[in-house]
Amino acid sequence: MDWQGQKLAEQIMQVMLLVFAVVSFGAGYVLGSFQMMMLVYAGGVTLTALITIPNWPFFNRHPLKWLDPSEAEKHPKPQVAVSSKKKSSKK
Amino acid sequence: MHSFGYRLNGLLTFAVTILALMCVIASLSDNLNIPSPSAEIQIMNINWFQKQPKGSDEVSLRMNISADLQSLFTWNTKQVFIFVAAEYETRKNSLNQVSLWDAIIPAKERAKFWIRSSNKYRFVDHGKNLRGKEFNLTLHWHVMPKTGKMFADKIVMSGYSLPEEYI
Repeated sequence: MDWQGQKLAEQIMQVMLLVFAVVSFGAGYVLGSFQMMMLVYAGGVTLTALITIPNWPFFNRHPLKWLDPSEAEKHPKPQVAVSSKKKSSKK
Repeated sequence: MHSFGYRLNGLLTFAVTILALMCVIASLSDNLNIPSPSAEIQIMNINWFQKQPKGSDEVSLRMNISADLQSLFTWNTKQVFIFVAAEYETRKNSLNQVSLWDAIIPAKERAKFWIRSSNKYRFVDHGKNLRGKEFNLTLHWHVMPKTGKMFADKIVMSGYSLPEEYI
């Protein structure tokens, strides 16, 4: 997932869980059944998990632009320093 | 939220927190219920009334208990525990309470009932004070919720008395 995708996933997750909480409480209260509330809520949690947790393609619509390999060669990584004994022999 | 595990953890934590809040609100909704229970107890018969070898009075009686406790049930009620207690006064104690009978009502449909039964638990005094004693019978109930606060209340029925002499 890219950064925009992560933000979207988190927002979808929070909104969906809150909506399902309200809907399930309402359904349970109106029907007078505690079990109905728990079932609807459990279904909602599972649905939210299916939508927000796996790495779906629509979460990757703003992919990060990594540097091209040719561009990277022009700016090589600095070399790690060799031991001091070897350096003195070069002089 | 950059990995499967992070998102799963976040979702489960949030879901459980919201569930806890829903349970709190469900318990608070019980306060909206205004119960109107009714009950009546008749003493059909005094089976026997004797002095125990150790010296305390004991009585066995048969009661007809009828009640309508359907209004106590809400969507958040798991069961209602009821018990009948005899209450009376003696010279030593201003209040004696003896539990005579109890039951668990699991559902609203079973809350309107009548039952004829002798006392489940022994009606024994601390001493020999029961002859001719006037006592109240109270029906107590505890409404046990699925989540949250338990409500308890009672109905006091007065006007019962025991015989003057041992039977």
